Amino acid sequence: MTLSNQTIKAKLVEKFGDQVLNFEEPYGMLTFESPKDMNLKVMQFLFDDEQLRFQFLTDLTAVHYPDKKEKELAIVYHLHNLIDNVRIRFKVFASVDSPDIFTATKLFSAANWMERETYDFYGVNFVGHPNLKRILNVDEMNYFPMLKQYPLEDQTRIDKDDAMFGR
Amino acid sequence: MARPVRFNITPKLADTKDSIGLVDMPDGYTGEGFFATKLNDVVGLARKNSMWPLPFATSCCGIEFMATMASHYDLARFGAERLGFSPRQCDLLMVMGTIAKKMGPILKNVYLQMAEPRWVMAVGACASSGGIFDTYSVLQGIDQVIPVDVYVPGCPPRPEAILDGFIKIQDLVGEESLRRRNSERYKELLGSYGIQ
Repeated sequence: MTLSNQTIKAKLVEKFGDQVLNFEEPYGMLTFESPKDMNLKVMQFLFDDEQLRFQFLTDLTAVHYPDKKEKELAIVYHLHNLIDNVRIRFKVFASVDSPDIFTATKLFSAANWMERETYDFYGVNFVGHPNLKRILNVDEMNYFPMLKQYPLEDQTRIDKDDAMFGR
Repeated sequence: MARPVRFNITPKLADTKDSIGLVDMPDGYTGEGFFATKLNDVVGLARKNSMWPLPFATSCCGIEFMATMASHYDLARFGAERLGFSPRQCDLLMVMGTIAKKMGPILKNVYLQMAEPRWVMAVGACASSGGIFDTYSVLQGIDQVIPVDVYVPGCPPRPEAILDGFIKIQDLVGEESLRRRNSERYKELLGSYGIQ
């Protein structure tokens, strides 16, 4: 019997009550969020449960919403149930002033480098990560480039003026 | 509904009889059994027609280089048949592709491991100036880390353009003074890159 979004939602609500909220289904993929302290508990439940078995972390990334005060950084986990072929998206929100999230490396080894990338680009501090340092950018970089306030362009170029290049 | 073929309907077979290209002799004084010329010319001639390139292929320009090395746009015609992937054995560093800021020190290390005389060719827009990637992570031109001799523009440049760049390198090599690498001006150039 196939695992439907209704079943997953029912099980989550039964276990966590109102700690899991904002259930949506964009393009058929169940999406929900929870407070940032609950992220490991929710993922552990999704991992261990006999029926749910979401044991594959497809992606771990962050999104910066500068307008949502106190909840600017959304850390998004994409989980996949390989046996029933069901995908699910799980979000936790953190404020940009204190972006501390518990690390998922003990549960998923793939989270190791993905969390390093999220730290490198958004500044999310993963508490308990074995090696949280920059992975794709140069080590000397002193800012987090994907936050919306920083421009895309390299600022050391002197020959391109803003008017000509539409900046 | 395909249009009828207009061009190349009766392809002409290539006429390769007697069409062997030979390199011109340098100017010199010929006599019975001897030929006197400048050492510069002879050394330049030997070097330019047997360059060993190091293809530092990072992205799409690397694929165009592969096409250049293949039989249709043969680079081996110009003597660059033996590609080395070790900088210790090569004279021409061909940087083809986007170089990220994280790759800059590595590229510099590869350049430092090459023995004099060495030349650098920046193939493509990304190696010359960062190309379309004007971002925080891409090095805006490899001439920020190493001195470059020839820039080949294009995104990616056609194999003919890469060959044209190679011919320009050959011209540089043929005309280069043997004392150039010890001159003050060259030392200043390397000094400006932080290379002793």
